[in-house]
Amino acid sequence: MRFRIYRYDPDKDSAPYLQNFELDVRPGMMLRDALLALKEQDESLSFRHSCGEGVCGSDGINVNGHNVLGCTTPVKDFKEPITVRPMPGRPVIRDLVVDMSQFYQQYKAVKPYLIHKDPLPEQEILQSPEERDRLDGLYECIMCGCCSTACPSFWWNPEKFHGPQALLQAWRFLADSRDQATEDRLDALEGPYKLFRCHTIMNCVEVCPKQLNPTRAIGKIRELMLKNAI
Amino acid sequence: MSLVRRRFDALILGAGGAGLNAALQLSSADLRVAVVSKVFPTRSHTVAAQGGVNAALANVVPDNWHWHMFDTVKGSDYLGDQDAIEFMCREAVPTVYELEHNGVPFSRLDSGRIYQRAFGGQSQDFGGAQAARTCAAADRTGHAILHTLFQQNIRARSHFFDEYFAIDLIRDDEGAILGALVLEIETGEPVLIEARATLIASGGSGQLFRTTTNAHINTGDGMAMALRAGVPLQDMEFFQFHPTGIAGKGMLITEGARGEGGYLINKDGERFMERYAPNAKDLASRDVVSRAIATEVREGKGCGPQADHVMLKLDHLGSEIIAKRLPSIREMCKTFLHIDPVESPIPVFPTAHYVMGGIPTDRFGRVVATSGSGSEQVVPGFYAAGECACVSVHGANRLGGNSLLDILVFGRAAGLDIIDFVRDNPNHRQMNEASVEQAMGRLSRWDAKGEGLDVKTVKAQLKKIMEDHCSVFRTEQVMQEGIEQIRRIRDRLSEVRLRDHSRVFNTARIEALELENLVDIAMATMMSAEARKESRGAHSRADYPKRDDANWMKHSLYRLEGDQLEWKPVRTEPLTVESFPPKERVY
Repeated sequence: MRFRIYRYDPDKDSAPYLQNFELDVRPGMMLRDALLALKEQDESLSFRHSCGEGVCGSDGINVNGHNVLGCTTPVKDFKEPITVRPMPGRPVIRDLVVDMSQFYQQYKAVKPYLIHKDPLPEQEILQSPEERDRLDGLYECIMCGCCSTACPSFWWNPEKFHGPQALLQAWRFLADSRDQATEDRLDALEGPYKLFRCHTIMNCVEVCPKQLNPTRAIGKIRELMLKNAI
Repeated sequence: MSLVRRRFDALILGAGGAGLNAALQLSSADLRVAVVSKVFPTRSHTVAAQGGVNAALANVVPDNWHWHMFDTVKGSDYLGDQDAIEFMCREAVPTVYELEHNGVPFSRLDSGRIYQRAFGGQSQDFGGAQAARTCAAADRTGHAILHTLFQQNIRARSHFFDEYFAIDLIRDDEGAILGALVLEIETGEPVLIEARATLIASGGSGQLFRTTTNAHINTGDGMAMALRAGVPLQDMEFFQFHPTGIAGKGMLITEGARGEGGYLINKDGERFMERYAPNAKDLASRDVVSRAIATEVREGKGCGPQADHVMLKLDHLGSEIIAKRLPSIREMCKTFLHIDPVESPIPVFPTAHYVMGGIPTDRFGRVVATSGSGSEQVVPGFYAAGECACVSVHGANRLGGNSLLDILVFGRAAGLDIIDFVRDNPNHRQMNEASVEQAMGRLSRWDAKGEGLDVKTVKAQLKKIMEDHCSVFRTEQVMQEGIEQIRRIRDRLSEVRLRDHSRVFNTARIEALELENLVDIAMATMMSAEARKESRGAHSRADYPKRDDANWMKHSLYRLEGDQLEWKPVRTEPLTVESFPPKERVY
């Protein structure tokens, strides 16, 4: 199969370019396997990857215009030539490796940790199975960045808009029966940008490799804000 | 060009569960801690742990830490140190509660308490009925724990060096560890991090083998650094093969699949574990189940056109249990096998999974070196925890669910001991520039240009050697050949060349440095395995099929210098309870 891979080494290249590759594709080959095989042809090709099973979230890439996780996406899902680019909207460090620092900053900004103010019990804080079910579809996020880097609102305002990943995590803690910082969390999301720059374009939902739904989470936060305001 | 130098109270190499739990203790005590990781922390391999973490909470059936201790000692095939095992099993209970308080989204029982499932090698009442001791967040427990610990470190404002690769430890002439030379992957610039205490928490070395459940990053970097710093590696012959890796591919199918009621069948549809472990059946210890599968396949009872695997049957559990308790397993089977375990069995085979051995430590996480006279001495300011360490709580075979427990308990213990150490040692020691030079040499060696072997070819050879010569069943001659072949690779390492000498995010350079680490770990593993002339736990020799307590109830220690092996006794005395003497191990 024919591949076109985005290449850029800031020390060497004045501008990025697409490099052509040919590769014999094995049945069941994932995009990550293909990139590893291409790296055998040219060891200077750089990309992030690790677990190979869709849980570490290292290898978000853009393939034929779609953000995907390399290790869980079959090569045969795509038409030739398969064009692989870094995830959009982030500064490119080299080849397929992007600078994720702003994405991580937005994650940190939502205080993504449990805040429990009451004295702690000697054993676990009790939580019913139904209360725990509310965290399903939220806690599984692997922080690959596919959603936020597919979001036009995040492209335009990455320093002000939290983006779908961070907002999904904001809701993960708001939805947790053990968390006792609801007011603070909602107050912190006020204003025109952090939350409200979401225009429900829903690219995030389409690209999430774990089938999570940030748009729904954002809607839930808005509902809760409204409920608390009345 | 002058080398960038940074100073911290403590340095942690690795940001998996052990590193992050240690960092959390240190940051919470207002110490200045640097956490160095070659990947962003949530990419660490702890994220891939599925089934859960053991603690005798007794939420489902009666349980107590003493039974957990018995199971762990028995599981270790009596090679585990009983003081460390007692400590771990006692600490398990508060450790899991602390995790829960920190936000881990554990699955829940109707009582509102943490869900616990059955896992292999667990019993009530010292070998009685099956226990349910493994605390789980569906089949994503490692992910849930790693993310929670990272989140708590954000709260505690730990200082992270994300995507920095550790080149080597820096030590002085007295053997004290002064910090490490690290490489900023993004810029290709080296940085010297000075610290009064250094913790290695860099994880395992599953990349030694061709088929492995381990991630690309699991290259034994910390263990190899310890070897180069003159510290031996302990019990490296004990490498766990997980019974249920996806056949030919290696992805892990959690033991929790059997804990929830799944079982293994051969080509005749026979539930063969009934023959190998009449009581525990599919929930026998991992070494027992892996050998049983390998034996079935050897005897021609394997499944598939090559008769090279067995099947893990889950369809009888029903879609509700699978959706609720094993959702990731189902997703993974659909992605990689195009099957739904609700309907079809999963092809599985024993797959390289976990290194029981590692950097020798005591139960405070302090690295202990053995002097010529056999007495143990703490290396000042040097700590190790997690899979790269050998406390030893797993001995010759680790129980499922004890790995997350090990990283949490001993990561925490190391963190607490470092707080004391740093308080008692208020000053940084004098930097040893000769040692820095040496570490810089390890980096600059890869600037050499010209023709030569390439990294990927040598790495592939090494993995094949390990798979062919040091697998589930081992014999003298096969391992001796393996040692020779690794030696040949080691001798030719200096001829390996990079084509890519660029500076910025050069992953080829990182892989070259990882290859050097893997070669040293391979030699440690194969030499230790060849030397141990008995079968114990995961180390199974056709030529010495029996356990030999009279001669071999002792830990191996491999030293890089001269490829030397030494031995030290197993610590059979627990802290407060009676010792569990070795017994025949049946499940």
